[in-house]
Amino acid sequence: MIKIWSMKKEAAETDRKKPKQSAAQIRVQKDMGELDDLPKTIKMHFPDPEDILNFELTITPDEGIYRGGRFKFTFKIDGNYPHKAPKVQCTQKIYHPNIDLEGNVCLNILREDWKPVLNLHSVIIGLQFLFLEPNADDPLNKEAAEDLRSNCERFKRHVIDSMRGGYVNSERFDNVLVA
Amino acid sequence: MDNEWVCITASTGSSQRPVASEDWPGRWDHLRPVLHRPGPMAHEGFTPGTPTEQFLMEQCKVLVVGAGGLGCEILKNLALSGFRDIHVIDMDTVDVSNLNRQFLFRATDVGKSKAETAAEFIMRRVPRCKVTPYFGKIQDKDMAYYAQFNVVICGLDSVEARRWMNATLVQMFDSDSPESLKPLVDGGTEGFRGQARVILPTISSCYECSMEMLTPQTVYPVCTIANTPRLPEHCIEWASTLEWPRAFPEQSLDTDNPEHLQWLFRTASERARRFNIPGVTFSLTQGVVKNIIPAIASTNAVIAAACCNEVFKLATSSGTLLDNYMMYMGNDGVYTHTFEYEKNPNCLVCGQMQLALDVHPMWTLEEWIDRLIADPSISIGKPSLRTPARSLYMQAPRALEEATRPNLAYVLGELLQEGDVVTVTDAALPVSLEIVVHLTESAATAHNKQ
Repeated sequence: MIKIWSMKKEAAETDRKKPKQSAAQIRVQKDMGELDDLPKTIKMHFPDPEDILNFELTITPDEGIYRGGRFKFTFKIDGNYPHKAPKVQCTQKIYHPNIDLEGNVCLNILREDWKPVLNLHSVIIGLQFLFLEPNADDPLNKEAAEDLRSNCERFKRHVIDSMRGGYVNSERFDNVLVA
Repeated sequence: MDNEWVCITASTGSSQRPVASEDWPGRWDHLRPVLHRPGPMAHEGFTPGTPTEQFLMEQCKVLVVGAGGLGCEILKNLALSGFRDIHVIDMDTVDVSNLNRQFLFRATDVGKSKAETAAEFIMRRVPRCKVTPYFGKIQDKDMAYYAQFNVVICGLDSVEARRWMNATLVQMFDSDSPESLKPLVDGGTEGFRGQARVILPTISSCYECSMEMLTPQTVYPVCTIANTPRLPEHCIEWASTLEWPRAFPEQSLDTDNPEHLQWLFRTASERARRFNIPGVTFSLTQGVVKNIIPAIASTNAVIAAACCNEVFKLATSSGTLLDNYMMYMGNDGVYTHTFEYEKNPNCLVCGQMQLALDVHPMWTLEEWIDRLIADPSISIGKPSLRTPARSLYMQAPRALEEATRPNLAYVLGELLQEGDVVTVTDAALPVSLEIVVHLTESAATAHNKQ
């Protein structure tokens, strides 16, 4: 047998080592350290600070069409991180071409373009970008995308109505205005 | 004598299978030429003779993880190679669809534990081979359990389970105790392709080192799924990721539940009809949501044979080990290629610096962090510290810093327990540093590098 084993049958070691953090946890801890200079428009909230794999994020855009709103997301990271992207969901019903009424988000780096070299910082900045530059080419809410493409001014009015908790095309949206 | 061993036809029920209680004379003669003679190809540490054979047959304890397609082959190969103390773990039960290739199971075994059924079968066929089954998850067992084995061989179908097994074996290694080095032989198959690798934890590249080489799972853009489906897979993804949560907001999808699968199949079929997309079938639905890849019995046989050869060589030193990765491609002719995966210095599992540190239970967390910063051999500036269960102190983001700041005033005796592993991250570290905490009243500033 290879030399590392003695020929004698030895009693199995009994001193138990304690488990360490999983690879996903270590990587998230590392990612968190790089979130020390987030723009003022982004806030994070940890319902359970001991659990860094589940948290909430609010984006309060200070420019663009969505200025004045406060948008909430949940992040769920599983054991496959960073080989799988975090799961991100918008918890409010909002009028946005790239976010559907159930809160699913169409952001390339959360799906097909995710790479393990990306990190939480990239995802957070990518999300903020969606509010600065809503994109009609990758629609998840088709009506909103069509609206943006055909008449930008009308789309802006609809966004403002929706953020107040009003109706757009007979669909009621959540009030997301900063109080 | 011969009749006793013809049992393939006697497959109606386990009670009717013949039982052999003793080896026939000379049964293990095939091992002698390999184990009792020196040879130019043998490993330098090889000692031909009886002690090596005795180690193989009487002492060596092997753990087989997984009793499925690869597992059945592995168990059979090990038992017929002279290993007599085999343990097997599998959390699954026998399904009727396994019977075409998982030859230790019969129709009457459907629904029973794979590990238990396979163990019984092997013990019935190979006298004096003891197979100890565990019907459950690998995560149920702790390091003390894994420490009893000489080698671990995995025939798994999940990346997650491989990562867990690999991380556990790497963490178990202790440089003061050579016995704690548990070689891991890992096999994997996917249709006509397969791979075998040998991992010597902390010595050679580990499973996690090469995770980035894995083919990423196909992920479709959510906007394509939502608006412009072109493939049957798009319709199935639509049903499972978008429609299921809409229809059953309270219930999460269980891909093992046949009713859930039926619902997905119906929903995906309707969508496919609407977009005129052919090809949505029940088995494709199952394949997409459960990520099933067709299994080929002969691929399993090839890979299991390669893996068992490595385990045999590990146990006997009769040959040089695979260094350290072999891939087999059977889909376009027959081709194999062997190369050495290098260790990844930034590997999240085996590339992390580990220190055993004495800490005083009366130091506050803040004092300890100051000492870590002041330690020139560590050289970190703004460390964040966590254990698997808690955030001790996180420098960022702000919300976590605020939530963990009160911990700074607590003494370590309250925050930590003996042997806790603290993960330290810092901008100056490639990834992290692991500190194994030793609480002691006599803690000074000195520490021992592992």
